[in-house]
Amino acid sequence: MNATKVAAPPPRQASPGERRSVFGTVFKARESGIVLALIVLVVFTATQNSRFLSGQSIRDILLGTAILAVLAVGQAVVMITRNIDLSVGSVLGLSAFAVGTMLRDNPGLPVIVALLAGLVVGAACGLINGAVVRFGRVPALVVTLGTLYAFRGAVYFWAGGQQINADKLPRSFLDFGDASVLGVPWLVLIAVLVMVIAGVVLRNYRGGRELYAMGSSPQAAQLVGIKVGRNTTIAFLVSGALAGLAGVLFAARFGTVDAAAGTGYELNVVAAAVVGGVAVFGGSGSVWGASLGALLLTVIGSALAVLDIDQFWQQAIVGALILLAIGADRLVAVRVAKALKKRDSHV
Amino acid sequence: MSDPTTAARRPAWLARLASWDVAVIAIAIVVLLVASGTIDNFGTGRNYTFLLLDLLPIALMALPMTFIIVTGEIDLSVASTLGLTSAVMGSLWNSGLTIEMIIPLCIVLGAVLGAVNGFFVTVLKLPSLAVTIGTMALYRGLAFVVLGDSAVADFPGSYTSWVTGTLGGSSIPNVLIPLIVLAIVFGVVLHATPIGRGVFAAGASDTAARFAGIRTGRTKFWLYVVSGAVAGLAGVLWTLRYSSARADNGFGLELAVVAAVLLGGVSIFGGKGTLPGVLGGVVLLSALQNALRLQDVSNEALNIVTGVLLIISVLLPNILSSSRAALQRRRRRSPSRKPELSPAPSSNPER
Repeated sequence: MNATKVAAPPPRQASPGERRSVFGTVFKARESGIVLALIVLVVFTATQNSRFLSGQSIRDILLGTAILAVLAVGQAVVMITRNIDLSVGSVLGLSAFAVGTMLRDNPGLPVIVALLAGLVVGAACGLINGAVVRFGRVPALVVTLGTLYAFRGAVYFWAGGQQINADKLPRSFLDFGDASVLGVPWLVLIAVLVMVIAGVVLRNYRGGRELYAMGSSPQAAQLVGIKVGRNTTIAFLVSGALAGLAGVLFAARFGTVDAAAGTGYELNVVAAAVVGGVAVFGGSGSVWGASLGALLLTVIGSALAVLDIDQFWQQAIVGALILLAIGADRLVAVRVAKALKKRDSHV
Repeated sequence: MSDPTTAARRPAWLARLASWDVAVIAIAIVVLLVASGTIDNFGTGRNYTFLLLDLLPIALMALPMTFIIVTGEIDLSVASTLGLTSAVMGSLWNSGLTIEMIIPLCIVLGAVLGAVNGFFVTVLKLPSLAVTIGTMALYRGLAFVVLGDSAVADFPGSYTSWVTGTLGGSSIPNVLIPLIVLAIVFGVVLHATPIGRGVFAAGASDTAARFAGIRTGRTKFWLYVVSGAVAGLAGVLWTLRYSSARADNGFGLELAVVAAVLLGGVSIFGGKGTLPGVLGGVVLLSALQNALRLQDVSNEALNIVTGVLLIISVLLPNILSSSRAALQRRRRRSPSRKPELSPAPSSNPER
């Protein structure tokens, strides 16, 4: 990646001539692969059972994707910097329970306050992750594995077995989970908004390009004067805040929140990002890809249900997809390296 | 953890005493003693038996995990391997095989699952973190595919009572014997054989180790196989102990294993650590959890302790080494009594 010139426009578009064809085909192949898989899956499932393309089914898929995509966008931001955030499922649970409790005790609060509260709770968790990773100079994997259990423990400690049911939540909040504008559910609109903002910032703004540079080579990024520590903290802050936002969406969609909300989500989120082409080694990937990954995983879950296949298969498929995706990513990386070497030898 | 310059200035025994792993063992002993004295029911023989039975699966899986983390890799799939082994054990038992055939089959299954990890990590050269996150989901998913959410419970009483039983009326569980044997084998291999030196060399610098003629890829592959086999054994023992084969057995246990290993002084960056330290870490973690459980803290809330311990165990060595470096700088500066004009040494730790 030649992302060291951070102020320059994204290399994929701007690189002229031959380079464009190399990069162009690679990235096209990467994202077209997942689109192809989606189409095959949808067509196959629809021919087996027409219920799959009913309005309600599509709506469910979109709502599920919205929550997963918000998380996956945050995960992509962190993974691009060559870190990982395994605590997102627990942050979602903490935020969902916090917002649920707040709304139960103050039924008059408007929805926007709930959204902001979720963002703040999540951002606080993300700040803890980011600060420990930055100032402790320890791997994000261990830190977020620790906070994955610590945050979850905190929810259990707080909730102590109680559950917040839909009848305790204000009507306006539950309506927000159901309502739509021009046929598009609010949750989906929010997810798209998050995706577009993150996508544009990562692609066109200096701060975004710096994250790619850090992921490609942390040492080089430091040498060219990128504030690696600060950017790392911000990346975790963003991931945490989005996980908090996802917690509010979760509460609004399901209406019932207990201490276990979002348990195990981190796997699906990492899977969505990895399947969507975000490299675990950092430095490449996009939020569009991560969101497509989220869509694919949700469609798989829904297809399994429609095809009457045991839901137990879903987790196994998620695992297999992660392995497939990192394998394919490795293959692409090797081919790119070969192609670049070949090109250089001709110059 | 002690860097050579400071270590040289102190007597050897003092340096040894101040090292992380010895400190953890000492803290573990202190926690055991204090808890026995202050917490009701902690110091009873029955509770010690439970404590040892509870730490058994963690200790077992921590043995190969120590090797793997010392080489600079990680295996997050161990708890899922345990779960899948347990599920397969249940379904084989349902299909009518004898337990004497099932147990070796389950350990072989664990080894095969480990070999899959090893193949991805060493042959395809994929990052072990991503691979084992993938197989963690895959194996757990397969466990549910095999057994669903049902449980198999009717294992032969002679086996289940041996696993839960104690040595001739004492409070020492029978299963502690295989653990001690394995711990000695792993300890000797890690600290007194060329294989162990190779493991440390691979963790310190993979490239340098390969130049020195160590086949790091092959070493790592076999470490994953062993890790899987031991997780399989842990699955068998877990199933017999609770007399219940379930797909969600050992869910989330990978955290406790990784936490215990890091708490025991193994560096997450590879190349450093001792097996006695790891066993100290296992005892410390288990003793704290046991003590809190006796105080009616729920299992789920206990995760806070494990999570925080995990973070502390990676943070503290870094803080200690950087404060030691700062102290050294001050010492070096003070005799000259001249303000140094040259900029201070880079604050980056040389890892």
